[in-house]
Amino acid sequence: MVGAASALYATREGLDVVLVDRGPVAGGTTGSGEGNLLVSDKEPGPELELALLSGRLWSALAAEAGVAAAIEYEAKGGVVVASTPDGLTALADLAVGQRAAGVTADPVDAHALYDLEPHLAPGLPGGVHYPQDAQVMPTLAAAHLIRIARTGGARLRTGSTVTGVLRTAAGAVRGVRTDGAEIHAPAVVNAAGTWGGELAALAGVELPVLPRRGFVLVTEPLPRMVHHKVYAADYVADVASDSAALQTSPVVEGTAAGPVLIGASRERVGFDREFSLPVARALAAGATRLFPFLAQVRAMRGYLGFRPYMPDHLPAIGPDARVPGLFHACGHEGAGIGLSTGTGRLIAQALAGRTPDLDLAPFRPDRFERRQEDTA
Amino acid sequence: MTAHGERPRLAVVGAGPAGLAAALAAARQGLTVTLVDAAPQAGGQFHRQPAEGLGARRARALHHRWSTWERLRDGLARHVAAGRITHLPDHHVWTVEREKDTDPDLDPDGTFVVHALRGPAQEEPATVRADGLVIATGGYETVLPFPGWTLPGVVTAGGAQAMLKGGLVLPGRTAVVAGTGPLLMPVAAGLAAAGARVAALVEAAGARDVARSAPALAAHPGKLAEGARYAAELLRHRVPVRSRHTVVAAHGTDRLDAVTVAALDPDGRVRTGTGHRVPCDTLAVGHGMLPHTDLAETLGCAVDGRRVRVDDEQRTDVPGVWAAGETTGIGGADLALAEGRIAGLSAAARLDSRTPDRSSWRSAAAARSRLRRFASAVDAVYRPPAHWTDQVTDDTVVCRCEEVPAADVRAAVGELGAGDLRTVKLLTRAGMGWCQGRMCGPAVAGLLGCELPVSRRPFARPLPLGVLAGATEDPTEDPQPVRPEEENA
Repeated sequence: MVGAASALYATREGLDVVLVDRGPVAGGTTGSGEGNLLVSDKEPGPELELALLSGRLWSALAAEAGVAAAIEYEAKGGVVVASTPDGLTALADLAVGQRAAGVTADPVDAHALYDLEPHLAPGLPGGVHYPQDAQVMPTLAAAHLIRIARTGGARLRTGSTVTGVLRTAAGAVRGVRTDGAEIHAPAVVNAAGTWGGELAALAGVELPVLPRRGFVLVTEPLPRMVHHKVYAADYVADVASDSAALQTSPVVEGTAAGPVLIGASRERVGFDREFSLPVARALAAGATRLFPFLAQVRAMRGYLGFRPYMPDHLPAIGPDARVPGLFHACGHEGAGIGLSTGTGRLIAQALAGRTPDLDLAPFRPDRFERRQEDTA
Repeated sequence: MTAHGERPRLAVVGAGPAGLAAALAAARQGLTVTLVDAAPQAGGQFHRQPAEGLGARRARALHHRWSTWERLRDGLARHVAAGRITHLPDHHVWTVEREKDTDPDLDPDGTFVVHALRGPAQEEPATVRADGLVIATGGYETVLPFPGWTLPGVVTAGGAQAMLKGGLVLPGRTAVVAGTGPLLMPVAAGLAAAGARVAALVEAAGARDVARSAPALAAHPGKLAEGARYAAELLRHRVPVRSRHTVVAAHGTDRLDAVTVAALDPDGRVRTGTGHRVPCDTLAVGHGMLPHTDLAETLGCAVDGRRVRVDDEQRTDVPGVWAAGETTGIGGADLALAEGRIAGLSAAARLDSRTPDRSSWRSAAAARSRLRRFASAVDAVYRPPAHWTDQVTDDTVVCRCEEVPAADVRAAVGELGAGDLRTVKLLTRAGMGWCQGRMCGPAVAGLLGCELPVSRRPFARPLPLGVLAGATEDPTEDPQPVRPEEENA
């Protein structure tokens, strides 16, 4: 998804773009995502600014002819639900900070909460409504952004694995070697997501991207019963957590196509693709606690993916000071779909030598190396 | 091997010929067997029985090898009465879990937990614990799409046979039986015997294909005699047989009223100008079968080219898990019986920490070798026409659950850069519906020009989230319900 968006915005900057993937389009984490475009789960700071920029860009893309329907863009808003009065106070405090950063965050009392989501479990004290939260179908979004980029001249090479990064005698990037042909270019953007660390290693630099596994359950198609993206307040804490252990917090949302998607689990178990019944059970338990009617609804399938996790939960975006011509656009953890448009725009601006819309300093790809030196 | 100081417990999933043979063989050797099956009565698809209460008298006439069925049925009844087999009909398995014991010396292979939904509504949970597992989940029919195939009146060949065997309902008055595979002849003969006028039997394979495999097929006089008997029945009922032909379209407004049948050239392309209309109100169509491999895949068993890989004892590569019957490769009821018997005998010995006495299954092993050779010969003969996708028009629905037309699949490949089944599914929704791609998988793979890949389905069937959450753990069979919530603490 991030590669697709980078290709699109770079093409629109007038650059000649070749998009390379070892698999099909959206074959990695993108195809296993829920397609969240969220501001609600982010604390004030650089990631929230990127989310706000990305949200504006998604909205602009969705206004282009045919795009909103093609990518199933829905500006449906999010609702964060507190389970206790104390929890509600904490949520309201977070919302104050988010509002100062430009987020629309409307506290709702118990009465208003059930107006927004009539099928929520009874007895909840309230929550916060985030009208800017939106959703896309991630595989469709990636495929259609690439389709639009291709109409602008970008070339797509799927099923082509990058096996090396070509460098000049002076050390600057001059392209990539693939299992097919060499592709020559003065700039290479690493948008390999969870596998971004491996690609960085081909260029001789370290980038600490780790997989953080997540499961999603998908129900049978339903008439619209869940209107927003609804999640429990502890989700925000789980997203920000560093723990390797399994965490689940209920995230429930309806989709344009009818099925309800249920997340979210987080665990650092490497690239283990084995289905985990305990995780599925925990997800189902969380979702049915939030929406009791779901107990009678059937789970049709489940899928898993590996979020590209970085130690400080911020993506790597921008030029790599260690290798001239190498740019990174990866490590967005569970927010890569949402943050892809902003990331693509910033990368395109950096490639074109323009001043980026946001300060790239917090996203510097070599920030971890420096930290290691400091502590050494 | 059991940590309970009791007889080892074996769970058998599927009560068709393979599962029944495995359960009977294991029970005779002293295992405590639980036979878990989705159908209301044992027998599987092959020995499907009319529902009780219909008072069917002609059941016997519709079944071949009635004596084999009587032996299986009576054996099951005896073991159930003796308490050696617990038969759980109407139990729909959605997953099998392998619990890892805390003390590996006590229970090195862990314990298997079969999770099922009980009853026709499939809403109540049930669990079965066992030390070993036999997967005998059978196969399912492949039907490739063509224009008009979703019209009412078009049924699968296996579906038509099931209706004949199970409900004794005659699906229509004028029928065409089409597609490819050894199932078509018995279906056509069965329909004719039940009083339908069978307007044509349309088989994609040609007489020459059969001749080419004659040496392999001739090694099985029993099977040839069976074929000859069906052929004689078709002749007696004056059923026209069109080999190397195919149905290119089904016609009708609200329901089927005719099909167009055309000849195939030796490369599997439709010969232009050969199409002719055949009026009919029923089309029974099938293109062979595929093994059910969901449970094996969830347990991590190796699957080769859609078949669960087994050794000469029918063991999968996961300790404690055996597989028998169509799930290890489509081969028919006799092969399933032989494989099931071997699996049951092997499990009885292995779960009792003994090396099995192979001589105890010598005749079953001989039958297995012979029947597997026959199955490969059959497989080589009965293939869908090589260029069947030429007939799939853009507006032909490929995925019935999600109503995805062929045009969407072609656009996903051409405009959006998809090259594999999964990406096509995500881009078009083909395969996301109720059947989870079991029906449309071969069709989409054909349109893509790729092999059907192994698909991981965590749930073998849809299940209520309340059951998954474990809120209503079955208290009768599981004294210590799993408490997944604790994982979340």
